[in-house]
Amino acid sequence: MTAATGLLVATLALGAGTFALRLAGPLLRARVALSPRVEGLMTRATVVLLAALVATAALLDGARFAGFARAAGVTVGGILAWRGAPFVVVVLAAAATAAGLRLLGVP
Amino acid sequence: MRSLLRTLDGPLARDIALVCVADTIVGVSFGAIAVSAGLPLWLPILLSVVVFAGAAQFMFVGIVAAGGNPIAAVVAGLLVNARHLPFGFAIGDLLDGGWVRRIAGTHLMIDESVAFALAQREPDRRRAAYWTCAISLFACWNAGVMLGAFGGNALRDTAALGLDAAFPAVLLALVVPSLRDAPTRRAAFAGVLIALATAPLLPAGMPVLLALAGLLAGRGTAPSAETAQEPTS
Repeated sequence: MTAATGLLVATLALGAGTFALRLAGPLLRARVALSPRVEGLMTRATVVLLAALVATAALLDGARFAGFARAAGVTVGGILAWRGAPFVVVVLAAAATAAGLRLLGVP
Repeated sequence: MRSLLRTLDGPLARDIALVCVADTIVGVSFGAIAVSAGLPLWLPILLSVVVFAGAAQFMFVGIVAAGGNPIAAVVAGLLVNARHLPFGFAIGDLLDGGWVRRIAGTHLMIDESVAFALAQREPDRRRAAYWTCAISLFACWNAGVMLGAFGGNALRDTAALGLDAAFPAVLLALVVPSLRDAPTRRAAFAGVLIALATAPLLPAGMPVLLALAGLLAGRGTAPSAETAQEPTS
């Protein structure tokens, strides 16, 4: 197997595996009716996953600290979101804070 | 599709458009990084079409560009993508309406489309937000990657633009309304602590999944299906 074939097979395998992971939930949902309680638990699980994703993406690069600029940017965005700022303001303020701090030499 | 567009109001469309712009720029950088690392031109383009998950794609390219085993890259990418399994349970009801729709909606499931759906209260708006975000991000991401692969060497460093902070902020802005519910907030806080504590020890993707144990911190209080609120914008 050449290197290119190996990469092609790996790409298709990752695509197929990812699709299978994505498909399990919708398939099951089509078969069984969920109670409002379970439905609510699913929603809560999504919030927990997204919150964990936000925290790890904001603070870490692999296993190491991602640097103050990114962490500060996401924190500013979080405070604005909690205070009810519009989505566009939250996102642009987070980016501008991180970019601005880097311009000032903060890692 | 026409009914989707009718449900979609101005602010929601504008919010999704902003994420599209940011996603396109990151896509350009992904294409450029992959090709300049010596990988074939088709690789970032094909990955973006068949995998369509930014974090896993960066992980995959990082491993094979460093000379790593493609099998290891597949396993690492699948671990990063494992969160789509619980996501699918949460938003699976939005994909009803025939096989074509279910397969397309399944393939287009990403953090952003799930988060946009989560932030809406009415079923019609959830559906409109999910599909609009999913379809437009698929178009923007792939266009960006192609642009980058074919010569986007100028745009490699998205950190200078603060985009590494923008993406967590996108998800955070969409999650915050749900955090006004105290048991949900306790569960999320516990989950965040679990993820951060285990991140140095486990491969990428696992800490986020383990965060689900944080749900125990919200137990004893029956979650209502109505915890999602209107977006603040």
